[in-house]
Amino acid sequence: MFRYLAGRLAQALLVLWAAYTVTFVILHVLPSDPVTLQLAAGGVDVSQLTPGQLHSMEARYGLDEPVLTQYFGRLWDALHLDFGMSLTQNVSVGTLVSDRLPSTIVLALVSVGLFLVFGVGLAYLASYVQWLPARVLLRRLPAVGISLPTFFVGLLLIQVFAFSLGWLPARGTEGWRSVVLPAVTLALPGSAMLAQVLIRSLGDTWQEPYIVTARAKGLSRWAVQLRHAFRNAALPALTLLGVLVGYTVTNAVVVETVFSRNGIGQLAQQAVLGQDVPVVQAVIVIAAAIFVAVNLVVDLLYSFLDPRVAHTARVT
Amino acid sequence: MSENILVKGPGQAAVGAPSAPVPASAVLPVPAADDASASAGSRPDAGSGPDAGNGPGWTDTGDGRPGERHPAGGRLRRPAAAAYEVARPFLRRPGFVLAAAFIVFVVVSGLFPGLFTSYDPTATAPAEKLRGPGLEHLFGTDELGRDLFSRVLHGSALTIRATGGAVLIAVVAGLAIGVIAGFLGGWIDSLLMRTVDVALALPLLLLALAIVTALGFGTLPVAIAVSVGIVPGFARTTRAEVFRVKGQAYVEAARTGGASWLRVMWRHVLPNSWGPVMVLAILDFGTAVLSISSLSFLGFGAPPPAAEWGTLISSGRNYLVTSPWLSLLPGLFVGLVVFGLNHVARTLEEVRP
Repeated sequence: MFRYLAGRLAQALLVLWAAYTVTFVILHVLPSDPVTLQLAAGGVDVSQLTPGQLHSMEARYGLDEPVLTQYFGRLWDALHLDFGMSLTQNVSVGTLVSDRLPSTIVLALVSVGLFLVFGVGLAYLASYVQWLPARVLLRRLPAVGISLPTFFVGLLLIQVFAFSLGWLPARGTEGWRSVVLPAVTLALPGSAMLAQVLIRSLGDTWQEPYIVTARAKGLSRWAVQLRHAFRNAALPALTLLGVLVGYTVTNAVVVETVFSRNGIGQLAQQAVLGQDVPVVQAVIVIAAAIFVAVNLVVDLLYSFLDPRVAHTARVT
Repeated sequence: MSENILVKGPGQAAVGAPSAPVPASAVLPVPAADDASASAGSRPDAGSGPDAGNGPGWTDTGDGRPGERHPAGGRLRRPAAAAYEVARPFLRRPGFVLAAAFIVFVVVSGLFPGLFTSYDPTATAPAEKLRGPGLEHLFGTDELGRDLFSRVLHGSALTIRATGGAVLIAVVAGLAIGVIAGFLGGWIDSLLMRTVDVALALPLLLLALAIVTALGFGTLPVAIAVSVGIVPGFARTTRAEVFRVKGQAYVEAARTGGASWLRVMWRHVLPNSWGPVMVLAILDFGTAVLSISSLSFLGFGAPPPAAEWGTLISSGRNYLVTSPWLSLLPGLFVGLVVFGLNHVARTLEEVRP
């Protein structure tokens, strides 16, 4: 068990380091002229500068050193949660991120709660209902949910609930009422995917002998599904959960843009539009860290719930 | 290619294929593996003429093996009958036919928008601005009086190009990585697969954001950004297939027959391992369309006046109160396309034995 834990932790750290390195390579090595890219983001026209001015600008942003030196320097700073200065706004990236992180976390938590409720509820109903038309309809629903683009759902909800009915605000970050529509939008694809997996694994579990035994004992379908089928069927869905939470964080980029919420997703969108390299790098690393951490917790939880996992030999 | 056509008809095979002295025991495993992958491989483009015969299975028989010993030869039917046989399970699903027809319509109208709309997507008409959907303007008009339906169809071309580009790049890169890893094995394999593991462990959109920042905005950067997220899956599937094929007797036979590794890889391993990758590619089209329209919705797509679907939806947001159709109709259109693609892919996956 301890070996499994240590190995899994090391793997998570490796992925995080790789995420930082890959984004660094993409942002600092891939562009033919990273200096111009970054200085242009700060509103500096490089062609107008004298060589001396250019050099002092490069020195100011630490762009005059060799790439490897920059890499290790920035990695060291990043380990101390210092991501440098934003190129477009005269603020440190750390301040920008920490100002906006809370509202995104609230949004993500609410939407994870919602997609658990929606997903499990839908799967439960789809497996319980026996009237064929309703059953078919419920089973087709997840496929629709997966196909609808997040921004379309968001705009539709705004149109219906904010503009036509006037129940909830269409945009903004203030108050709990502003969280409802974005959270529902964000929860939809996740709940559809969760429901799809759960419906399938509930169907598989329903064939197991212990279900027949439970039914033969005289338990009702509802009780069997709740006590016996669901607990076993939930295991495959648990693996998916880590992935889904990660996608909730990345989908927040689109949803926060649709609802003009002042969160980290909107920050990412603005940073990419302004080619603000340090901010993009910081947001990606933070999102990757959340993603990796959630998956780590899910894996550990999985081995706690199903001890076979930690003991099986690794097959690669 | 010419060899392939010659062996297509069972009668011609003996005449067309040059006979080579290959031990029968080495030949025998070939047709069995062949036939299965040929029928699976040609299914998606069934009935598309010579291309259908260019599937994985044919390459091997075209390699100079005597066709008359082909035990499955009797089962090879005339192309029309074979195409019908392959298409039958699909034709019996009305949902599939509808979805496929819609996808065909979107592709054709994207390539030749003039066939379906007579409006110029950039012609402004201030008197006609913000008209609701109706017979004259199917999707209504935007704030400058441009016909929205025409703009959506013209936007299809860009989105189709980006999607096709993304999937193509991903398939080629994934096949290359998978074949190299699976074929060479050893530390190269370990290195490549650990890299793939890391890439799989990260959400697609994150790397896409970094790539778009580095490469700038437009259709091509968006396509590249999206393809990077799809590559790992392809690479992994290809590697697994290459490992499976590498151990087959016909690969050994080809090596014994004196073929170089490169030739074995090109003529035997690659054709027999890309079937599952193609199925995966079809499954990924829907994801690719969603990601590409998300990225263009965020403003990273082609610059105006060209408008991808996402860009159209995004610019319609400003008129959501007064003219909701401006963003909702294109949004619904994207949703239908993705749903159609997913449905087609899922049916292909289900029907596949």
